[in-house]
Amino acid sequence: MKHEKFERNSILLLVGILIVVAIGGAVEIAPLFWVNGTIEKIAGMRPYTPLELEGQKIYVSEGCNVCHSQMIRSLRDEVERYGHYSLAAESMYDHPFLWGSERTGPDLARVGGKYSDQWHLAHLADPRSVVPESIMPPYIHLEETDLDYSDIKEMLEASRDVGVPYTDEQVAHAREDLEAQVNPDGDGVDGLKARYGAKVSVRDFAGQPGRITKADALIAYLQMLGTLVDFKTYQAHAPENRR
Amino acid sequence: MSKKKEVDDVSGTETTGHEWDGIKELNTPLPRWWVVIFIATIVWAVGYWIVMPAWPLVHGYTHGILNHSQRDTVTANVNALKAARAAREHALDHASLKQIQDNPELLQFAMAEGKSVFGDNCAPCHGDGGQGAHGYPNLNDDVWLWGGKLEDIQHTITVGVRSGAPDTRESQMPAFGRDAILKPGEIEDLTQYVVHLSGRRADAGAMRRGGKLFADNCAACHGPEGRGERKVGAPNLTDNEWLYGGAPENIHDQIWNGHGGVMPTWGGRLTRETIKSLAVYVHSLGGGE
Repeated sequence: MKHEKFERNSILLLVGILIVVAIGGAVEIAPLFWVNGTIEKIAGMRPYTPLELEGQKIYVSEGCNVCHSQMIRSLRDEVERYGHYSLAAESMYDHPFLWGSERTGPDLARVGGKYSDQWHLAHLADPRSVVPESIMPPYIHLEETDLDYSDIKEMLEASRDVGVPYTDEQVAHAREDLEAQVNPDGDGVDGLKARYGAKVSVRDFAGQPGRITKADALIAYLQMLGTLVDFKTYQAHAPENRR
Repeated sequence: MSKKKEVDDVSGTETTGHEWDGIKELNTPLPRWWVVIFIATIVWAVGYWIVMPAWPLVHGYTHGILNHSQRDTVTANVNALKAARAAREHALDHASLKQIQDNPELLQFAMAEGKSVFGDNCAPCHGDGGQGAHGYPNLNDDVWLWGGKLEDIQHTITVGVRSGAPDTRESQMPAFGRDAILKPGEIEDLTQYVVHLSGRRADAGAMRRGGKLFADNCAACHGPEGRGERKVGAPNLTDNEWLYGGAPENIHDQIWNGHGGVMPTWGGRLTRETIKSLAVYVHSLGGGE
């Protein structure tokens, strides 16, 4: 039996193991370097605004993704209930992505615009005040805690380091863009919309004028989810979108 | 390595011939049924690679003979569902809301569709039975802010309330206290007057002063008698039905802050036919006019 050669020669065995693992690695890892080829290019996707990015970090730190998925699967009943199935491109700027598979609560991939800001605020503070059958814990501290965004510029830079195409201008104006998004009467709105698109929602999300709380950031993020891509113009079966 | 088979004396099992310090390794082969299944899975996998999408390539992946795509499958499934509903959806689209109500077969379909759509989209605010919550109207009673006729309900669902959509139902009660339009004392008086309007006992002096303030500040929307005005979604203040609570402190808070809820626009999210079903369903909950 030939494997005796390997068993009696540790260096040869080591080289053999390396070769086998390298083959598996090459097959599984190498395509990731061309991952752009698996993400369809669709109109509307943009990096998150600084406020939405803060909201996403809160979403992760509060563990929302533990009970809520952000992935509408390509199954009929999912599409019927939640809308168009999720596309890879819709989470291309998520680090980490938040697809999830646990659905103690409903999927949130297209929750943006579905409920009012006030509803989100009441629901976060006390879920059972609006949905009596809910088992979600209350998150009232979000509206009571000021958002610490002192490091927002660094957060954009860190996102850029892992591939999110923030421009120098967006990074430089991160702080004022964050403040502008909750202040519709302020001077910064034009700059924010010039940098992130006219569709960006600008309003006092958590209804506490003059104050930016964690609830502002989280609601801004939730109200944006799933609203960036216009599915009326998206052609799922166009050759360039076939994956 | 031994050429001929060697059997261990104690266990009676063949050995592999490998020997370490006088200890020999027994050769206990895998059960044949296990090996056969193992090989069969490998053969199956090779067949699968050929037939189905399998291997990642530098740009794209191997599509396989069947060129299977889950997106095609789901599109086909959704289209099959649409086709199955098409006749009724077509009928819904071409019938007026009244005609839907009068046609038992169509009504049954609309009610089933309306109930399921209500559960997913409307229940989080209006409650799973349409009972409403603080700040979210009860849909079971006959109190309507923007009208309870079929067409009114259909329009409200389509454009929402203060949703930012074009033609949305739009009005804003001033925040008389927060924006310092009235003095705190005047708001106290006004509160007593509104308590009186709803048929409850109120402080007589405050009520008299509040009546003048009401005529100057509130009657334009709520009407001189406080019976409300649906054109601007101003609630009737005399029926003792309250969106933000009827206790004097709730009324005071509402005059002070001028809360106005937002209902999202559903015109972009639900189809025209679905909204019709929903309107018929909501109308049927108890308060339809």
